[in-house]
Amino acid sequence: MASIIGKSVKRVEDKRFLTGKGNFTDDIVLPGMTYASIVRSHHAHAKINSVDISQATAVDGVVAVFTGTDIANAEIGGVPCGWQVDFKNGDTMKEPPHPLLVADKVRFVGDAVAVVIAETAAAAQDGAELVSVDYEMLEAVVQGPDALAADAPLVHDDVPHNTCYDWELGDKTATDEAIENAEHVTKLEFVNQRLIPNAIEPRAAIGHYEEASEKYTLYTTSQNPHLIRLLLSAFVLGLPEHKVRVISPDVGGGFGSKIPHYIEEALMVWCSGQIKRPVKWTAERNESFMTDTHGRDHVTKAEMGFDADGKIEGLRVKTVANLGAYLSTFSTCVPTYLHGTLLQGLYTTPAIHIDLTAVFTNTTPVDALRGAGRPEATYLLERLLDNAAREMNVDPAELRFKNFIPPFDGVDQPGYQTQVALQYDSGNYQPVLEKALDMVDYQEFRTRQAEAREEGRLLGIGFSTYIEACGIAPSAVVGSLGARAGLYESAQVRVQPTGKVSVYVGSHSHGQGHETTFAQVVADKLGIAMEDVEIVHGDSESVAFGMGTYGSRSLAVGGSAIMKSIDKVLEKGAKIAAHKLEVAETDLEFANGQWTVKGSDQSIGFGDVALTAYVPHDYPEGLEPGMDFSSFYDPANFTYPFGAHIAVVEVDPETGKVKLERFVACDDVGNVINPMIVDGQLHGGIAHGIGQALYEGAIYDESGQLVSASFMDYTMPRADDLPMFELDRTVTPCPHNPLGVKGAGEAGTIAATPAVVNAVIDALSPFGVSDITMPLTPERVWKAMQTQTKEAAI
Amino acid sequence: MGVPISVTVNGQHRESEVDSRTLLVQFIREELRLTGTHVGCDTSSCGACTIIMDGKAVKSCTVLAASANGSDITTIEGLAQNGELHPLQEGFKEEHGLQCGFCTPGMIMTAVQLLEDNPQPSEAEIRHGLEGNYCRCTGYHNIVKAIYHASRKYKEVSHG
Ligand code: FES
Ligand code: FES
Repeated sequence: MASIIGKSVKRVEDKRFLTGKGNFTDDIVLPGMTYASIVRSHHAHAKINSVDISQATAVDGVVAVFTGTDIANAEIGGVPCGWQVDFKNGDTMKEPPHPLLVADKVRFVGDAVAVVIAETAAAAQDGAELVSVDYEMLEAVVQGPDALAADAPLVHDDVPHNTCYDWELGDKTATDEAIENAEHVTKLEFVNQRLIPNAIEPRAAIGHYEEASEKYTLYTTSQNPHLIRLLLSAFVLGLPEHKVRVISPDVGGGFGSKIPHYIEEALMVWCSGQIKRPVKWTAERNESFMTDTHGRDHVTKAEMGFDADGKIEGLRVKTVANLGAYLSTFSTCVPTYLHGTLLQGLYTTPAIHIDLTAVFTNTTPVDALRGAGRPEATYLLERLLDNAAREMNVDPAELRFKNFIPPFDGVDQPGYQTQVALQYDSGNYQPVLEKALDMVDYQEFRTRQAEAREEGRLLGIGFSTYIEACGIAPSAVVGSLGARAGLYESAQVRVQPTGKVSVYVGSHSHGQGHETTFAQVVADKLGIAMEDVEIVHGDSESVAFGMGTYGSRSLAVGGSAIMKSIDKVLEKGAKIAAHKLEVAETDLEFANGQWTVKGSDQSIGFGDVALTAYVPHDYPEGLEPGMDFSSFYDPANFTYPFGAHIAVVEVDPETGKVKLERFVACDDVGNVINPMIVDGQLHGGIAHGIGQALYEGAIYDESGQLVSASFMDYTMPRADDLPMFELDRTVTPCPHNPLGVKGAGEAGTIAATPAVVNAVIDALSPFGVSDITMPLTPERVWKAMQTQTKEAAI
Repeated sequence: MGVPISVTVNGQHRESEVDSRTLLVQFIREELRLTGTHVGCDTSSCGACTIIMDGKAVKSCTVLAASANGSDITTIEGLAQNGELHPLQEGFKEEHGLQCGFCTPGMIMTAVQLLEDNPQPSEAEIRHGLEGNYCRCTGYHNIVKAIYHASRKYKEVSHG
């Protein structure tokens, strides 16, 4: 039987989505269900003097109204933060509470003040409009660096200087020296702008308390239902965990924004307990804009020092990370352990130091967004490298080749120890860039570019060679860095008596195609048909435990947990097979779903062995019946996918509009189970990365109003903004997990943004432009051309 | 106060009374419980709610249920015939044109009209035809391929 690993098997999950039979949270209607509408602050920063709910409660159909005072009186804690980062001096980070409904003051536009529950969504909305809140306006602080000003308003009265923590990593003395002594120093000051995630499915949550069983069920649009259950029961509502069931049914995209435990989840559960009926809340898109955690928002100064030969000598980074008004679940680790630790990139830089301050502002909380920290690190490195190449008059590809870490497989050669804490697992960086250069036909492009310039046309090419830390994460390592959770994964492989297999995984699929990829792995390893494998996920009642899906971890960590359980199945199966065939286990080999006595044609099939396990009449002595194994897998290390992305653009000299002509990518994500799905992940990631470069950006005005709070005001790439993507890959297996896989979910987002910006800067090089703030809107590009033209003329 | 409406949805005659402010998408999802039609925004921007109404692809979040009175509607649930997937559904599967599946019904219904108007579209024409629909998962690459795939099938069907 030919292996189905590495085959582009069509997706198992497609049929239900294609026929309109998906089951998303908002599709669910429970008997007796009520609907919630949340009263949100229109002000970025204001004291709440009073909340008058009398008119709202009088609305026909309104069942109940709760305010921040009710939450405070019920002594319900806020939603917690899952990662502790300490100040440089060892003090614990500032962790102000994020209550389910605020009672004292609002801290961002969208902060939740009250909830109105009614028989219909329309009545709830009517009621919400009639809740009258008396606010006393306070001055707001919006931009990260402004929050540090001595006279900045305080978002939380007990957090001085609005500082959550300050943090550093790397050797400061060595780095200062390296930059000081460098032959050439390239500097860049830039904003890695705030993004709004915008999964197309808005968030939703249904709380359902059942009086008879005293059980709470939460249906939620989450990437990690078990984590939500744990936080909900242990930290927020103090409910017994075994009486709480969390279901994340089909989820319409997450991109990080559905990782955090949101107040609405806990609120719906609590409200349901109060009114003893199911309560559903579905975000309107406008609410998604205001309350889905945002991403990025770094203001950075970076310097890279080179020797005369173009070797990088040092990298010095200073960043202010804007965390928004409250700490979201993983917000604190994004700018630190997912960003600072990636500053080695693919390069041998001997000295690196980052100094980072994380601040509160009167804006939406920030958390992981596709790539989370790694796009910010890659942007910084890759922009510096392209700029340095231009300044030193070296080819940008050459400059990278000169600085790449030499190949290491992590087996015969050890992993690569970076200057910023991580140890890369395996890498071979030169071939990805070579391949990508071939794909784009680099020399030909440079000729074409020169010719085009003669005609006044502005073509540009931009590079990005990236690395990311995926397969998140070894628990002990992240624990020592402040994580308050382990980051293993679990999987249960239940072989049914007829040899059909149900696999219960803690990873959650919201577009990644686990139901297919995981089934491919299981079918291949057990030698059975894919149709005989069912992947179950997203329900804490059926799946024992799980840490969910993010950080490109599902196959590397979740897949490894499946492999562990499969090993246990095969081990037990071999015992049964040996007994049935009356030989020693060592005389057997397993292939294509059969245990065969070596050198003979005597064999027994997987199905027969399974049946024997459940009908153990003729059975090995002392062996337990049944065939059902659970495993937890805690990875030994992160995985480190890498690659080279190249963008080719043409800039309209009249309007500044950027046309993306080609996008070429060569990635190495380790072994690939389903190339079609991996490519799909890359496509989506690349589009997202291009979105940041050219289109997307959250805009707040000075008073803290979110100006870009609808699809009319926030631009995302549409089909006709993008070219077909040209992909290829190399394969450097991960040495420390059984499938040799590294993860592919975020690669595109991480790599694409700097490639596109670098391409535009390259196109504008005749104007001497060295930086433009993202997103590179026609207006900004046009202005950059004008300014530089004028300056050049003076 | 209900407004009486009578519509044909996926070949079935339906009569109901709707609130004058009820949107067609709410009627389809909540009253008819055809939840394949999705809501992704409140500004008619995302296209997740696209259905076919009297032969035209429309965003059902921009139509009042009351004004749909007398119309003939097809939703994603009505596209497959006798258990056979429509060529577009087939195309999306073959070319991996969906990931999370949330935008998918709207994409497909939009593409139904796109191919109706232009059975053999170029890549650029497909991309242009999708400009009212957002997808956050696929980068559109495989959606474009899926529609192209289906258009070749249409050709086979119509030209033998
Ligand atoms: S829901 Fe209709 S266009 Fe977005
Ligand atoms: S497949 Fe997820 S939004 Fe398109």
